[in-house]
Amino acid sequence: MPSRYIPILIYAILAAAFPAVTLIIFKFIRPDSTSAGAKLKPYECGIPPESDARGRYSVRFYIVAILFVIFDVETIFLFPWAVQFNALGLYGLVTMFVFLGILIIGYIWLYKKGALEWV
Amino acid sequence: MFAPIEDLYRLAPELVLCTFGILVMLAEPFVPRKRSGLVAFLALLGAGAALAATRLSWAHPGTAFYGLVRVDDFSIFLHFVVGAVAVLVILGSRDYLEREGLHRGEFYALVLFATAGMGVMVSAQELVTAFIGLEISSISSYILASFRRNVPKSNESAMKYFLLGSFATSFFLYGVALVYGATGTTLLSRMDSASGNPTLLRLGLGMIFIGLAFKVASAPFQLWTPDVYEGAPTPVTALLSSGPKAAAFALLLRIFDTVFAASQLWVWAIWVSAALTMFAGNLAALVQSNVKRMLAYSSIAHAGYILVAFAARNEIGTAAVLFYLVAYALMKLGAFTMVTHLGGEGERRLEINDYAGLGSQQPAAAAFLTLYLFSLLGLPVTAGFLGKFYIFNAALKSHLVWLAVLLAINTVISAYYYLRVIVVMYMREPQKEWAATPIPRAVGLVLVLTAAGTLYLGLFPNYLMEFATQSAVLPR
Repeated sequence: MPSRYIPILIYAILAAAFPAVTLIIFKFIRPDSTSAGAKLKPYECGIPPESDARGRYSVRFYIVAILFVIFDVETIFLFPWAVQFNALGLYGLVTMFVFLGILIIGYIWLYKKGALEWV
Repeated sequence: MFAPIEDLYRLAPELVLCTFGILVMLAEPFVPRKRSGLVAFLALLGAGAALAATRLSWAHPGTAFYGLVRVDDFSIFLHFVVGAVAVLVILGSRDYLEREGLHRGEFYALVLFATAGMGVMVSAQELVTAFIGLEISSISSYILASFRRNVPKSNESAMKYFLLGSFATSFFLYGVALVYGATGTTLLSRMDSASGNPTLLRLGLGMIFIGLAFKVASAPFQLWTPDVYEGAPTPVTALLSSGPKAAAFALLLRIFDTVFAASQLWVWAIWVSAALTMFAGNLAALVQSNVKRMLAYSSIAHAGYILVAFAARNEIGTAAVLFYLVAYALMKLGAFTMVTHLGGEGERRLEINDYAGLGSQQPAAAAFLTLYLFSLLGLPVTAGFLGKFYIFNAALKSHLVWLAVLLAINTVISAYYYLRVIVVMYMREPQKEWAATPIPRAVGLVLVLTAAGTLYLGLFPNYLMEFATQSAVLPR
């Protein structure tokens, strides 16, 4: 019975060995990072920071991101419906179309409002 | 597999509100700016249709959608309340939005969606459904609070409301999760028969109470109220102080009356909270110089009065809560609509001292405001008096003598700040010249309706009280 768990054991050893071996090898081949002074910088990850993280960027990114989330969630709702399509039948079809219809109205609204115009 | 048509009748007000909300959104970009009144009219039609739909669903009592919502006299009563609030708010906000250059169809759509959420809250029989209703109404309110988006105060108000509101909602949701963990059900009617871990159930119910206490602004969870009410556009303040509050009280009442464990656990929490809320609201209102803040603190105090009727824990108390919610919505809507109009462009005339000389310059406005303030104070011949009388009656019937005494003390305290406004209006000389704009017709209609309602309920409360008593019988 325990023999069935041997693959898991091998997997666990591999998983532990991978970072250990990588770190040991890199210890010998990588340049000394303290020489660049980057060790003392915040969020040190090997690349020296270029500018202030609190820069300003266009508010349109937020709008696009929010719109993406809305239509993304729409697709998420479609998946369980599609999986259970036969069981839900006509009722499921109608309710899903009502749901999609409401979202399309939202799309028309934001299109007319100019939310999709980039410049 | 189709939901029975009866179920749709039972959800008719929400369906109508959402449909009209979507229609308003759709109409907004297509209707030219000059004809923007059309959008407002469509929204008004929607709110009116929701009242008609409530009448329709009244004829089909019972549970719908596998027991998630329930149409009974209680939910119908509150549907009428939130529907009427929506009608009055839409009527009263058009001129404000035009004046401030904020006229957008989305405003009305959000009012309709918020009302739909409140409708779900008052008929929910199940905690997750109630949560969805709470969220629909809250998220719409957050956006409405930030509607004067160029004004920092409005943004501050929305931010505070959003952060504290989501915090409260997470309390509510965590409570729901714990209650489900304890009993294995989220249906209110099954909670008592389910055998579960009583400690877990109590913890969950306690958290639900905290979440809803935030929403009704009862102490010690009331701190957000003055800032939010002050910064939000005044018509939105009128909505926030009447509609969502009534819906949250309704949900609290339904859980309190349906789940035996909740009524056992909450009664002392409500006792303490009622006493604290009354004092916190009234004492802080004494020192306010801004009318909106003063009215915000007064609305905290009124939440305390309503909680006194909760603590009575009998059907007289429930009926008193329902009656008071109507009376309170009328006088608060009226008072805030008057403040909206008097505020002038940019809402600049908001200090109590700015109202000096109003009695001689704009006698009609001063008279209306005096009536609402008298009603908030609870003087006879107004709805506020009878509402307080019923609460007093309910408290004494349940031998809550101390709470009744505290209520009386608080009424006396509140007399100071309500009467001060009246004194300033009638007995002080104006220090600054304010342009006396005539009251627009729609605003005038709101004022007349709320004032007539306040007087009508003060003189002939029987019809509404009968309806409230009939609605107070909640099925266990």
